[in-house]
Formats: sequence, C-alpha cells, structure tokens
Amino acid sequence: MQLYAQWIREGRLRFNSDWNRDLKVKFTAQDPCNQVRKTYGDAYAEDLRFVIKKAVGEENFVDMTPNRSNNYCCGGGGGALQGGYPEARRSFGKIKFDQIAATGAAYCVAPCHNCHSQIHDLNEHFNGDYHTVHLWTIICLAMGVLGENERAYLGPELMQVGL
Amino acid sequence: MTTQPVKIGKESKSIFKDKVMQLLPDGGNLNACLTCGACASGCPATGLADMDPRRFLRMAVMGLDEQILKSEWVWNCTLCWRCIYVCPMKIDIPQLVYHARKSWPREARPKGIRSSCDMALTSESCSAMGAKEEDFRMVVEDVLEEVRANQPGWENLTAPINKAGAEFFLNQNSREPVTEPDEMVPLWKIMSFVGADWTYSTKGWAAENYCMFMADDENWERIVRIKAKAVDDLGCKYWVNTE
Repeated sequence: MQLYAQWIREGRLRFNSDWNRDLKVKFTAQDPCNQVRKTYGDAYAEDLRFVIKKAVGEENFVDMTPNRSNNYCCGGGGGALQGGYPEARRSFGKIKFDQIAATGAAYCVAPCHNCHSQIHDLNEHFNGDYHTVHLWTIICLAMGVLGENERAYLGPELMQVGL
Repeated sequence: MTTQPVKIGKESKSIFKDKVMQLLPDGGNLNACLTCGACASGCPATGLADMDPRRFLRMAVMGLDEQILKSEWVWNCTLCWRCIYVCPMKIDIPQLVYHARKSWPREARPKGIRSSCDMALTSESCSAMGAKEEDFRMVVEDVLEEVRANQPGWENLTAPINKAGAEFFLNQNSREPVTEPDEMVPLWKIMSFVGADWTYSTKGWAAENYCMFMADDENWERIVRIKAKAVDDLGCKYWVNTE
C-alpha cells in the first residue's frame, strides 16, 4: 500500500478517476488494525485515502465513523476466520457491517486479506448491498487495465467499465 | 452483555497475571486499571462469552485464573488493540489475552487455527492451505500464460519466481493461488506498469501465519525464519507483504 502511494507521488503509477466522474459510485475503506493502529499509525491511513481518492475521485469517497487508528476491527483478525466461533465472529462484525452501511457506499476497499474475507462474509450474512474489493482491483480499474476475469468482487455497475 | 456477578474466593492469587507481567515491558501496566471502562465500551467483543476486556483484566487482577484461563472469549477477541489504544493507562490487555491463549493445551485450541498452523509446517511454502512450493509455481505460470495469450497489450507481462537480486520480494496470501488465481493479475500489472524489479519465491511465498494466532511461539518463529531466509537467500532488498 505504501508503495502504491509512493509510486503515485513519484509519477510512476499513473491513473485517474475519470471513469467515475459520471457514475459517481461511492467507496469507503476499512483501516486494517494490523496496518494502521498496530503498526504504521495514521500516516498509513492517510496514504490509503490518498490512493483510493486518486482512483475513485475525492467526492466519491466516504469515511466510516470512527476511522483511522480509532477504527473498529472487522472481526476477522486474530485467527477468528478459522477460529470456529462463526456466530461470535459475526456478532463482533455487526458493528463493522453497520458502520459500512451508514456510509451508503457501494464498495468497501479492504487492503488486508483477513478484513477482505470477513467484510465480504458480513455482507452475505447480514444481506447487505455493498461489495468488498482489494485496492489492486480499483487501481487497475482506474488504469483501464482490469481484465474480464479479474472482476470477481465487482458489482454489475462496474462489470463492464473499461473493458 | 455481562450479567453474572464475579465471586472471589478467599485463597485467590493472581499467578497468571503476575507471570504475564514478568514478560512485558513495564509489566504491561496490568496493575494500573482505573476501571473507567473505555476498553469495554469500545470493544466489539464486549458481551461475547459473557466477557469484556475490563472484566477479563479485573478477573486476572483478582486472581480468578481458573475462570479466565478457560474462557473461550480469548478466541473471540481479535487482538485488535483498540482497548489499549483508548486506555488512559495503556494497559496491555491484548498481551494478557495472548498469554491466556498460550495457556490452553495445544490440542484444545481451535481446530481451524491449529490445522492451518500445522499445515503451514508441512512444507517450506509456509502455506496454511497446503499449497506446496511447486504448486505455487505452476499456478503462477499457468495464469501468466493465459493473460499473455488472451489479454492484448499484456503479451510481455511477467511474474518472476526465484529471481535472485530482485529489489522486492512479494508474498501472497494462499487464497489467491489456491481459490482465485486471477486475483493475482492486477498486482502483476501494477508492478509491471511501474517497472518494479520484483520476484515471488517458491520458498516462503505464503503470507499468512496461523501459528501466531495459535499463540504457538516456537512455530510462529519457525515460519517467520523460513520466510526471512528465503528473502535473504534471493538477496532481495525489501520483503513486501501484499494486500
């Protein structure tokens, strides 16, 4: 993630959010505990927002509340995805689900594998209507190079964008 | 939410808490609780298994070792650090939970975490899903070949494996090669676009480490060392943990 931000600043990684100017698809982001609160702090959270806003447009990013180092864990960490207490895991994650729903965003960017799996599962379990994506997916979408088979986590509204 | 009152016996001693305090810098401040409840009110695991972080700490302080050491709550807590982040006394509740996990007999710890840890120990790929070194190479090469053949403009895309001296050593969560290999391609495209000098490795390619979640220190370290050695052996400058 930090490398994406660095390469954008250096002009090596080039893309923009023109594809979303008229679509106005809204995105929010999960601040992974291990990357933000537990390791790199808010500077990392700012870089994450810098990359996402570059890809989807400043006006199409909506933050959860609370966020950054204060963000709630999604409930997928600490081994919970394999922990054998799925009910407790989802009850834990209900806070995250509600946080995402409150943003009204159609997509949640989850730049951590545990978060991605858990947030995706929460949407299925609680019958939500958001999609969960990796950062690399929206970067390649904004670059116009996202292949047809690389869209497993996109919703119908973005399935054809840039193809 | 927690409803059951906590009963303290006359002979209670905080053996567990004292033991953990000896292991932590400043004893993890485990004796410094002001009982304000900031930890519990901001913890998504509050109320699960009739437990919350404040209750867990207070019970440890009161020496109710037997009860907290058998509480399944230690597996509901995700060690996310929000409790210590908001704590005015910076009390290391996550470490207390971690050591409680460690006190469980290995065979009693959650089967899913245990088998993911054990699986990672079966080969030097370190994959919790059991994909071996050569499995990874085959998947990467197959996917790459398909992209080169079917995606115009990407005929020269690369996904180097075991490239000595590359600047960046990338790992990959097992889920991609095992269940959704096409998800690796966007990353390769980004690396290619910026002209990064990178490589995968057959040894130590898997990003996950369930032995850490298991609180199995010895095998947690063993896995980290296998991966670090793979990075060193290839002479890479940066070890990049991908998304």
